[in-house]
Amino acid sequence: MIKRLLPILALMMATQTQAQTWQDTVDAARGQTVYWHAWGGDPRTNSYIDWVDAQMQARFGIAVEHVPLTDTAEAVTRVLSERAAGQNTGGAVDLIWINGPNFLAMKEQDLLFGPFVKRLPNARFVDLSPDAPASVDFTVPVDGLEAPWRLAKFVFIHDSARAPNPPQSMGELLDWARDNPGRFTHPDPANFMGASFLKQALISLVDTPAILQNPVSEADYTDLTAPLWAWYDALRPLMWRGGETFPENESIQARLLNDGEIDITMSFDPSYVAAAINLGLLPDTVRVFVPEGGTLGNISFMAIPYNAAHVEGAQVVADFLLSPEAQAHMQNIDNLGAFSVLDPALMDAEAAAFFADLPQSPALPKLADLGPTLLEPHASWMTAIAEDWAARYAR
Amino acid sequence: MGRGASIGVFSAAAALVLVPIIAGFAIGLAASLGVFPAIGADHLTFAPYHRLMAVPEFWGALGLSLQTGGVATALSLLFALIFVTQGGGESRILAPLLAIPHAAIALGLAFLIAPSGWIMRALAPLLGFHRPPDLALVNDPAGFALILGLVIKETPFLVIAIASAMAQLPVTRTRQIGASLGYGTLRIWALLILPQLYPLIRMPVMVVLAYGLSVVDMALILGPNAPPTFAVLITRLFIAPDLTLLLPAFAGAMVQIALIALACLGLWLCERGFMRLAKAEARMGRRGGTRIPLSWIRPLPRGIMGLGLIGVAGLLLWSITWRWVWPDVFPQSLSLGAWQGGDWRAPLQTSLKIAVISLIIATPLALLTLEAVDHLPNKLAKPILLPLIYTPLVMPQIGFLYGVNLAALKLGITAGVAPVIWAHLLFVYPYILLMLHDPWRAMDRRVLKMAAALGAGPWRQFFALKLPLMLRAIMVAIAVGFAVSIAQYLPTLFIGGGRVTTITTEAVTLASGGDRRITGVYGSLQATLPLLVYLIAFLTPRYVWRNRRAMQARVT
Repeated sequence: MIKRLLPILALMMATQTQAQTWQDTVDAARGQTVYWHAWGGDPRTNSYIDWVDAQMQARFGIAVEHVPLTDTAEAVTRVLSERAAGQNTGGAVDLIWINGPNFLAMKEQDLLFGPFVKRLPNARFVDLSPDAPASVDFTVPVDGLEAPWRLAKFVFIHDSARAPNPPQSMGELLDWARDNPGRFTHPDPANFMGASFLKQALISLVDTPAILQNPVSEADYTDLTAPLWAWYDALRPLMWRGGETFPENESIQARLLNDGEIDITMSFDPSYVAAAINLGLLPDTVRVFVPEGGTLGNISFMAIPYNAAHVEGAQVVADFLLSPEAQAHMQNIDNLGAFSVLDPALMDAEAAAFFADLPQSPALPKLADLGPTLLEPHASWMTAIAEDWAARYAR
Repeated sequence: MGRGASIGVFSAAAALVLVPIIAGFAIGLAASLGVFPAIGADHLTFAPYHRLMAVPEFWGALGLSLQTGGVATALSLLFALIFVTQGGGESRILAPLLAIPHAAIALGLAFLIAPSGWIMRALAPLLGFHRPPDLALVNDPAGFALILGLVIKETPFLVIAIASAMAQLPVTRTRQIGASLGYGTLRIWALLILPQLYPLIRMPVMVVLAYGLSVVDMALILGPNAPPTFAVLITRLFIAPDLTLLLPAFAGAMVQIALIALACLGLWLCERGFMRLAKAEARMGRRGGTRIPLSWIRPLPRGIMGLGLIGVAGLLLWSITWRWVWPDVFPQSLSLGAWQGGDWRAPLQTSLKIAVISLIIATPLALLTLEAVDHLPNKLAKPILLPLIYTPLVMPQIGFLYGVNLAALKLGITAGVAPVIWAHLLFVYPYILLMLHDPWRAMDRRVLKMAAALGAGPWRQFFALKLPLMLRAIMVAIAVGFAVSIAQYLPTLFIGGGRVTTITTEAVTLASGGDRRITGVYGSLQATLPLLVYLIAFLTPRYVWRNRRAMQARVT
């Protein structure tokens, strides 16, 4: 019954949205409280969300309530259980900070509101052409169902005092680990960052990375991943704790670096190190490095569930997050330090002015130092590799 | 209280606790068998169980859970007995540990015993370490760190349970008899006291075992992760992005329940075996002491409990730290930044509100339940009704909470503080009942008979005699109930829809964030709040009975 009603409901919502002008949306949003479900493990992101709340209250009369998650899938599960209970309106989740696999799951289950991205006035600063990074989330077409808000790029991090010459490729990483046993690890592949490390390694170790753009089912998985597992089998015993246990996520691994237990960690945020040093979370000697050939990059998105109670407010928040002012505030390492998703080519002088005088730091890499950005493989690769890893190494 | 009213009280209590659990369990069972309309699953099948067993970590996780839960329970029981044989002087170390939530103990312990932790930093100069040793001291594959954490938390709970059970036993006389038979201390305890004692503490021991097998927050912080414990494995399945994993997750929840049932059966078999051995040993007629060096074992539990408290001290220190890197034993620089910056005030208020309202409902209800037990036939209340109320304590939370959440949503109950209070009551009320049950039974019934002879009716007896006699026990129960409410993680998260943030949900969320200073703030709050309530609970009877020396001396 619900399943049959859903397309009709979605259609009703879609026509309703089209009938509204943006000003109608802003008016309707006034007085709403937007429940933003976002991973709560990063204090800098948490305080950025607090800043967004204050700005939204002052400018639009909208309150933003941060619902901190330990895992984004909690929000997906929440929406799903609401649909199970027949709650197709007035849902608890208004806005989700979402990434590839969770987006794919929600899109496949028709759990998303939209398309709405093209409606957002500030979307004009974003490159939305079909092959642009903001139009594809882990090779899954975005179709206007989620709005970009911050840029993520895979970087390695080393303590220059303890490990002055970090490896420049995955092959060198193995040599480095031989010379420094127990001083390298990666987050558990059950975690996004850990699986991303394996993906980064896979891309560097296959001959034709373009194959990875297709789903796993269309490739010879065993053949393609053989070099990865051969390399990993050699690396694993040389890792921290003999590769028997792994840190839960990259924040915990950064703490291990601070504790002196390891010398190399990784992040999806190139400005993480500069910000973390400022916060007293890492020694002053820690720096970012990127292997030859470049690293994975992707964009973090915001999505609105199909049954969100405050659809208008959620869109106004998503639009504000894309405004040059909010993006510049976000990119400032004194605040959050996450790279902006706006395209400099699309920004006018007024918009560009916000980015003119952002503070610098010796630990903050220049965009040019970060090397080329590699395309994310199809989302099915991440799941396949993580499961394969668990089957091989988690007994 | 008449029989009708008694049955009424029990019905209300059962509705409060059992209805959500049965509903949650039923939904979970259906989903585990392939019936979960939300994701289009609508026909009976064992496929979710097959899928679950195909998860690579399945058997490893199962074995690990049995190992950590079983060893932790055995050690906790052993340590608790050692504490009790040493007399009551230890309660000053144990009471704080009883009060401090699992997550806070785990966070403190994780820093204390890690290869780069406090102990190692103190030893590094002596051992000549420039870098932390590459040893798995936390998150070790065998789960020793998790066992250590569980033992620190569960031993004090069992000490209380044993102490209140002993109050019902003629311990002094038994010891005299044992001594006159020529038995040594160990023989007296094993052959004479334990066989009388164990039936009285069977329930608390099972609670400890069930908890050890299903704990999530402590296992996340201290336990291994490849494979993780079974409870963590299921939690991961429940929150996995791949929604088709929900069905195997529900199957896992059912397996978890079966695992606990089996473990409890195993425990019961151990009990039978021990009783048989004790009887055989007694019949052999051996006398004298044993060769087990008791004096050497005795300080061990105290030292291990001490680790828990030092860990919490570490949390307090981290909360006022700015930068603290290996190998410094103390922070390089201090700052109140974590307290000033982190917005801990709102979660704190929510925590307090939920705890206080839960207690206001649960405490009178528990007392009324016990009063009702007095008026019901012995064969009905003790073996049937009370165990039903204790089910939330032995059922793994993950097994029914997701279903409870769905049931609440179906009834149109939206996420908020009120449903969370109900979810907390599922645990606070049985714990309070458990804490009050033995003191209530130990109450001197002759006083009540005398009052009845003087014309006092049941209600007058309840208010004028039972309540004052129980004051100390009630205060302890309130303190335990408060600590239980403060510590709840999964119920707050699931039923609150993530919107209800307490200091505990924040502490566990931030523990995955890696900033020990902020974790330190929430851990310190988690630890100190219940301690304050314990202090109040400890001082209240002293104040109320300051002119009644005999009441002060009563041990409950």
